Amino acid sequence: MKHMLVVNVRKCLGCKSCEVACAVEHSESRDLFTAIQEKPAPRTRVRVGQGEGFAVPLQCRHCEDAPCIKICPTAALYRADADSPVVLNQDQCIGCNWCVLACPFGVISFDAQGRTLLKCDQCFERVERGERPACVEGCPSGALAFKTADEVVAGKQAASLVQIEAGLGGEDA
Amino acid sequence: MVSSKKERSVDPAAQEILGIAAQESQQVAYDRYEAMQPQCGYGQLGICCHNCNMGPCRVDPFGDGPQEGICGASADVIVARNLARRSAVGSAAHSDHGRDIVHLLLSTARGESQGYSIKGVVKLRKLAREWGIGIEDATSAQLAEKVAEAALAEFGKQEGELRFVERAPQKVRERWEQMGVTPGGVDRDIVGVLHSTNMGGSNEALHLLRNCVRAGLADGWGGSMIATELSDILLGEPQPLVSEANLGVLKEDHVNILVHGHEPGLSDALVTASQSPKVLAACEKAGAKGLQLAGICCTANEILMRHGVPIAGNFLHQEFALVTGAVEMMVVDIQCIFPALKDLARHYHTKVVSTSPKAHFEGFQHIEFDESRALDSAEEILLAGVENFANRDPEKVHIPSDKSPLVAGFTTESIFDHLGGRYRPSYRPLNNGIMEGRLRGVVGVVGCNTVKQCQDEGHLEMVKELLRHDVLIVQTGCSAIACGKAGLLMPEAADLYAGRGLKEICDAVGLPPCLHLGSCVDNSRILTACIEICREGGLGEDFADLPVAGAAPEWMSDKAIAIGFYVVGSGVFTVTGDPLPVLGSPMVKEYLTDGMEKDFGAKFAFESDPVKAAHLIIDHLDSKREALHLDSMMYEPRPVETVGQPLQLEAAEAVAAG
Repeated sequence: MKHMLVVNVRKCLGCKSCEVACAVEHSESRDLFTAIQEKPAPRTRVRVGQGEGFAVPLQCRHCEDAPCIKICPTAALYRADADSPVVLNQDQCIGCNWCVLACPFGVISFDAQGRTLLKCDQCFERVERGERPACVEGCPSGALAFKTADEVVAGKQAASLVQIEAGLGGEDA
Repeated sequence: MVSSKKERSVDPAAQEILGIAAQESQQVAYDRYEAMQPQCGYGQLGICCHNCNMGPCRVDPFGDGPQEGICGASADVIVARNLARRSAVGSAAHSDHGRDIVHLLLSTARGESQGYSIKGVVKLRKLAREWGIGIEDATSAQLAEKVAEAALAEFGKQEGELRFVERAPQKVRERWEQMGVTPGGVDRDIVGVLHSTNMGGSNEALHLLRNCVRAGLADGWGGSMIATELSDILLGEPQPLVSEANLGVLKEDHVNILVHGHEPGLSDALVTASQSPKVLAACEKAGAKGLQLAGICCTANEILMRHGVPIAGNFLHQEFALVTGAVEMMVVDIQCIFPALKDLARHYHTKVVSTSPKAHFEGFQHIEFDESRALDSAEEILLAGVENFANRDPEKVHIPSDKSPLVAGFTTESIFDHLGGRYRPSYRPLNNGIMEGRLRGVVGVVGCNTVKQCQDEGHLEMVKELLRHDVLIVQTGCSAIACGKAGLLMPEAADLYAGRGLKEICDAVGLPPCLHLGSCVDNSRILTACIEICREGGLGEDFADLPVAGAAPEWMSDKAIAIGFYVVGSGVFTVTGDPLPVLGSPMVKEYLTDGMEKDFGAKFAFESDPVKAAHLIIDHLDSKREALHLDSMMYEPRPVETVGQPLQLEAAEAVAAG
């Protein structure tokens, strides 16, 4: 079942712990105190954006109909199957940056230091092991969750039922 | 992250209690540690700054985002500045403890305290002589008043240097002079360092790192050394004695009252009051067979080494003790006290009483310690504890049987007697042992417990590895308690763990291979012991020449940072378990673990694997031995497979020979 990263914006305190967790997960050592000394430095694939009065972590949405996959001339961006995340095959990538231009959310970037594209791979190795993505695990306030669309829908329905129940007593449901 | 009982502690009593806590749904620090995950990476790396209200700022550790704070401070500056604050806080804690001891000595000398007398007269006269305080035909009280006044002036000194700076070897003092870190006044140095960390203050990482040392030296050669010296003068110079450690010292048929914290003033009065007929009668009336006083942390070390009061445990045992359900009262003073104790106290029947004007706690009962009526208030506190015996729920009582005998209470001065004998006290046998290659060197293994590591494992594994390599261990604080619980403070530990050379020395002079030197302010005893080793001759005139080292395998407190800086700043190589929170600045890390040696004669190393850390120390001792052109080691290290076996020397040799 396809999972997605879900952000509860009200819970995000802008601490950027998700950025650190992501960079460590994509390091050689996967250990903070060792990763900090690696060359080239590990890079984060999630960025905390600042809105008007709110902060929100931004990362690849792993679109169903992904513009980046469509535009990639070498098929370096791909997904293994319909439920899998959009990932990058570094060897195929020629660095044309078309995906950077095509992404509607601005969550694919070019890392000048590593001369490679940076995008969220939804920590597919962790997920295969039954773990949650590093950014979700690294969030201290519970602002990030990893859920299927069905779970999101079910959650919203449950919340609206509470609202309806609270409004019962004459008002139209 | 630790989750199983065995991963949480190597202490069987702790493992048993952790099972009981889980059954009774009681939370301890490990549970809160797990709930706290993930811990902030910026904080761990030291690159979060909240020193002004333009922030908080944090530097991107991996280089993409901001590389400096809003004021322009680099990661190097932010890391060094945070560390300087923590060193100053640690120094303040030890020093303010020292100040209280001075006050207590002063009020005792003036006849204004109750229940204290000046017990360390020999040390009083020695210190008065050292400080040039002479009064003809002075009584102890008159002399003590003058010494206490002089000690008090050390805190507020505005000009010149601390008196104890004169104790340091010439080369050490020259380095301090060059680096501009000679401690000048305890409060002045701490305030100066704190000032430098104010927004827009010092913004050069190296200067801030020198300030870390300055704050540390004000502790080691100031506040802590004053605390040790004057505690000995007031409460008596410790002499080696036998006692016991671990939760098994609690008694099911006794009223159990624990002290926890650091300052010995009140706890010493509690020891006296615990013998009072009124308290003993109250115990009998309550249906208890007596009163068992025991301690946690360094308050425990203080009354252990002066009165033989047993130890209930070290830092992480503060909660375990309450889970036994058999503690009527825990009396706390300052430092290392969990506010979480209130929740356990609610589940069990324990009364937790705070006593220091410096440390109040939500949910504890506060009975402020007043030295002018110390004995009366100690008795009142104990009587309230006895009264609480009636509220004990026998169904909740689980006292682990584990306890171990120990020898505690060595001092720089008493080591003279032990080494040389009472009629020719001398450090000569120690220096000779090192020079001949029986002993590889002397290492101070000290410091706290932390939930980030399996309790006591770091201390025990490191100490055993060092003993096997003929290293004499000196200990303080929670590390000493860890080794006490594991039987390493007994002379018999030499049979079980020591290399042959160390065992020969221990057998010859009747010492355990690990010497308990007291509480964490008593790390100053390690400095004064190093002075004596230098003075005895043959091993160099500078701490930096000596085959000695320090280690804090399970450190967690800011006090440990201050200690680290005064030990390294005095020229002694030191290994910490968890790294200091500096890895967000490669420059600061490089300076502390390398560059600092050029400036201060010693450096830090960070190594969380205790056996690997032991080998960093062994390599260091060997390099110092080589530089001094000492004889090579007399014997091979004890084979690892014989560790823990009560081997006779011949058998050990046979194993070594294969």
